[in-house]
Amino acid sequence: MKSEEATTVRARPEPIKAVPVRHPGRWITVAVLAVLAAMFVHVLVTNKAFNWSFMVDKMFRPPIIEGLLRGTVLMTVLAMLIGVTLGVLIAIMRLSDNPILRGVGWLYTWFFRAVPRLVLLAVFGNIGILWSRIEFGVPFDTQLGQLFGIDNLQLRLFGFSSRDILTGFMAGLLGLALSEAAYMAEIVRAGIQSVDGGQTEAAQALGMSRGQLLRRVVLPQAMRVIIPPTGNETIAMLKDTSLLLYVPVSVELFFQLDAVGKRTFQIFPMYVAACLWYLFLTSILLAGQYFLERHFGKGYDQTQRARDRLRTITAEQGGGGGQGAAG
Amino acid sequence: MSELTVPSQATAPAAESGLMVQAEQVHKSFGHLEVLKGIDLEVRSGEVCCLLGPSGSGKSTFLRCINHLEKINAGRIRVDGELIGYREHGGKLHELRQKEVAAQRRSIGMVFQRFNLFPHMTALENVIEAPVRVKREPKAAARERAEALLARVGLGDKMGNYPGQLSGGQQQRVAIARALAMQPKLMLFDEPTSALDPELVGEVLDVMKDLARDGMTMIVVTHEIGFAREVGDSLVFMDGGVVVEQGNPREVIANPQHDRTKAFLAKVL
Repeated sequence: MKSEEATTVRARPEPIKAVPVRHPGRWITVAVLAVLAAMFVHVLVTNKAFNWSFMVDKMFRPPIIEGLLRGTVLMTVLAMLIGVTLGVLIAIMRLSDNPILRGVGWLYTWFFRAVPRLVLLAVFGNIGILWSRIEFGVPFDTQLGQLFGIDNLQLRLFGFSSRDILTGFMAGLLGLALSEAAYMAEIVRAGIQSVDGGQTEAAQALGMSRGQLLRRVVLPQAMRVIIPPTGNETIAMLKDTSLLLYVPVSVELFFQLDAVGKRTFQIFPMYVAACLWYLFLTSILLAGQYFLERHFGKGYDQTQRARDRLRTITAEQGGGGGQGAAG
Repeated sequence: MSELTVPSQATAPAAESGLMVQAEQVHKSFGHLEVLKGIDLEVRSGEVCCLLGPSGSGKSTFLRCINHLEKINAGRIRVDGELIGYREHGGKLHELRQKEVAAQRRSIGMVFQRFNLFPHMTALENVIEAPVRVKREPKAAARERAEALLARVGLGDKMGNYPGQLSGGQQQRVAIARALAMQPKLMLFDEPTSALDPELVGEVLDVMKDLARDGMTMIVVTHEIGFAREVGDSLVFMDGGVVVEQGNPREVIANPQHDRTKAFLAKVL
């Protein structure tokens, strides 16, 4: 340090004025991309199959907007709510000391992650074939009755016709939510395991119960790890609502667009409309994800911000050196 | 300033025997590795007991057995006359339920080497958390006491800061305040200054000295010989899972009887 002070006494050398490195590759890339973009725009404008006016005319029609709001947006919200809640529960089961809960949790995630979502939705859509009525009461009542010589014993409390409750929407919601819960369980489990073991010990040493420890200490910290993939899951869920076509759920965006396309023999414009709608909706979710991640970074984030502030202060004091530009 | 003296309910049963902690023949193994090979230890009420020893000697493990963060394999640990982790009934030991273990831990404060503050809560929230959630104290009262505690450890101006915004020494002082907020009858310190920069060790030791003067019963696992000599009422030297030597800290440090103690002290002094 002392030798540096000594050198400052000498004349300051003149600032470096070097010729920057050239990047001819970048210019070639730009040129190629420009040509490709021009070709793309050309197709969009000249190819009659796009039938833009038809698409714009149809894509804002009431049945399509209703399908978008109920079958896509509402379905995504409900399926994610159920999926996340159930997923947290299953994650906690899988990390429990109780081997039975652990086993049940494992079995659940195994089944619902192993069956493709599309197949699952088709199964739930046709579950009415299995049971025409869904009833709650004493299990094996008829069999027990036969054991005691009573014919056709029925101990049912209440029930529904499958067609009444497992309509397209309910079947689709069930399929999506149950499948989502399995993926969320794995995400939450990873989140919980990412929290330092010392946190659990500190909470235990304070006399916290397992529930308090999870709710107050572990889960809030796990959120930092859980939130980003949950955002991705939500976006994936929004797109997967298009699979409801196979339940089928008629009040749904892609079902409606597909139906209009097939009815009018203008399939391609309606599929383009679907692309545009999904692009629009996922863009909104991406923005939401950004704010959520910022919120749950509390405590960590603040440190980062404090560090940044410190860096700018020192940079300013350093006389506006190269670091100033980094801020 | 001395509003956190040892709570009265704690002194009552212990006063009969005068013993806060009684450990008899404590054994603990991790798999095939036996870490504790029969520890006997008695700590009187109001005593500051310093546990010394090379790393791997089992002193931290033993400390963690006292509040049942580790399950012991043999022996008995009693805190304030109460068996830790088990109930003796009809000549048999019954494991306590998680709830009961949690209840026992409420009166035993613990301070960790790596602080383990809750990073998503401010200093004040860290201190308030357990009294409000575990003891169901009214929030206003808990807050008032937490503010007094933080002021006492010299952090009256840092209450709203998150742990990430505090230095190691400040974090450890918040951790001490957090443990004290439960009004424990016993405080366990697990190498409280080992993760600190040298110039921050003093501020944490000062808080601990202050606590000792107030009559808190403390068991301190430490490498700070100076602290043991100045504040300790007793010193226990452990090596290889056994107690090698114990006695008055000043005498043991000045005149160790056992070769292993001598060798260890020669290295750290």
